[in-house]
Amino acid sequence: MGLLSKKDAKLITDPLADNNPITIQVLGICSALAITAELEASIVMSISVLFVLGIGNVVISLMRNIIPSKIRIIVQLIVVATLVIIVDLVLKAFAYELSKTLSVFVGLIITNCIIMGRFEAFALGNGPWKSFLDGIGNALGYAVILVIVGFFRELLGSGTLLGIPVLGDPIEKTGLYSIGYENNGFMLLSPMALIVVGIIIWVQRTRNKALVED
Amino acid sequence: MEKRTDKNSYTIIFAIAMVLVVGSLLAYLASSLKPTITENQRLEKQQNILYAMGINNNEESSAVFVSTEEAPALFTENIKEQIVLEVKDGKIISEMTRQEYMDANNGQEPYLIDIKKQKTLAKEGQARKLPLFVGEKDGKTYYVAPIYGKGLWDAIWGYIAIDENMVVQGAYFDHKGETPGLGANIKQRYFMDDFYGEHLLTENGAFKGITVAKGNADPTNKDKTDNEVDAIAGATITGDGVSAMIKSDLKLYKPYFDNLKNAN
Repeated sequence: MGLLSKKDAKLITDPLADNNPITIQVLGICSALAITAELEASIVMSISVLFVLGIGNVVISLMRNIIPSKIRIIVQLIVVATLVIIVDLVLKAFAYELSKTLSVFVGLIITNCIIMGRFEAFALGNGPWKSFLDGIGNALGYAVILVIVGFFRELLGSGTLLGIPVLGDPIEKTGLYSIGYENNGFMLLSPMALIVVGIIIWVQRTRNKALVED
Repeated sequence: MEKRTDKNSYTIIFAIAMVLVVGSLLAYLASSLKPTITENQRLEKQQNILYAMGINNNEESSAVFVSTEEAPALFTENIKEQIVLEVKDGKIISEMTRQEYMDANNGQEPYLIDIKKQKTLAKEGQARKLPLFVGEKDGKTYYVAPIYGKGLWDAIWGYIAIDENMVVQGAYFDHKGETPGLGANIKQRYFMDDFYGEHLLTENGAFKGITVAKGNADPTNKDKTDNEVDAIAGATITGDGVSAMIKSDLKLYKPYFDNLKNAN
């Protein structure tokens, strides 16, 4: 990455693995559980968070010297909510179909702890460019986990990927189903997302012992 | 020394200024975009009603509406009449044609009636308006009725097309905020298509509705007279909401169809 200094590049790459917002910082778990039953929903949510976190971090960073510390959490909340509502309104007016797909995610984005967490931990103390990179990096780290969890839950739970059947037809008993394979309905329920996230955390910490806390 | 931004007076001024700025920004945006949004919603209702009676651009397995450009023309062409029934305590107290309704309501089309508001009126013991859209396609008559209820997180609604015998000829469901991948799948083809051909009445003509049933013995939905369709895994409450709104809302139309049969 010639464009970015080493330090800047780290802001993007760190949250992807060793400082991942979900598996290491344990933020944004709620939405990771709620919407990962399908790969498509995971991807849509990831893009929305990428957008809101990137811009939100810049806005908070620009305001960091004038925000009164006593009410900073409320200010952050208002910034996220305003951003999300503006996007929602504009989409409703000019891209109605798309807004119908996204409207479900609006509430989930406003209350996503990753967004508040990055505002509080990073944007309030750093410049706009660094904050922007931090926002993008963390959103990507969030996206990676969401997509992995969504991939396994949709594949094992419904036998489809992005809505396309990949294992055959469960009712007509074709493909894998002809030899007795069954979809695991459990995978569609939220607790299984927690278990998949748990497995990712386990794999990650086995590979990098430095992440294991005493 | 105390920082400038820690002072109470600064905090209060900042809070007031922020509320004013954000509030007026959002209010301005909302009111300037409102006409476009209302128009989008109006077209969507036309698309929904047309979808329920089988006028759509469906692809192999995904539900696709007719385009927003075609919708108004197709709507006037295929929807022959919009009846407005007034119902109180399960009895029809008056029946209006589209023209009569529009004359009495500043030209508002019956399909724009707010179903949620009407349900609230009924709950308060007042008379509620019940729109019914009569469509015709390939010589067959469709009666499309709106339904409205609640899912797990927020409102769910839909349009059900039925024939004279209250057998479902098409269904469309939508939701405000059901869980993506679970409850949100009520608007997927595979769920909506299951309703086609299902009977709302029992064999002896009593109203039974359609239950979204878990673990029924008929997952491929071959039996159309069992008043059941197969539920979506992991979406119990949304499914129950669908069953409930079909039962409560479509039941109100039963007297109309009874009259229709007796008149013939």
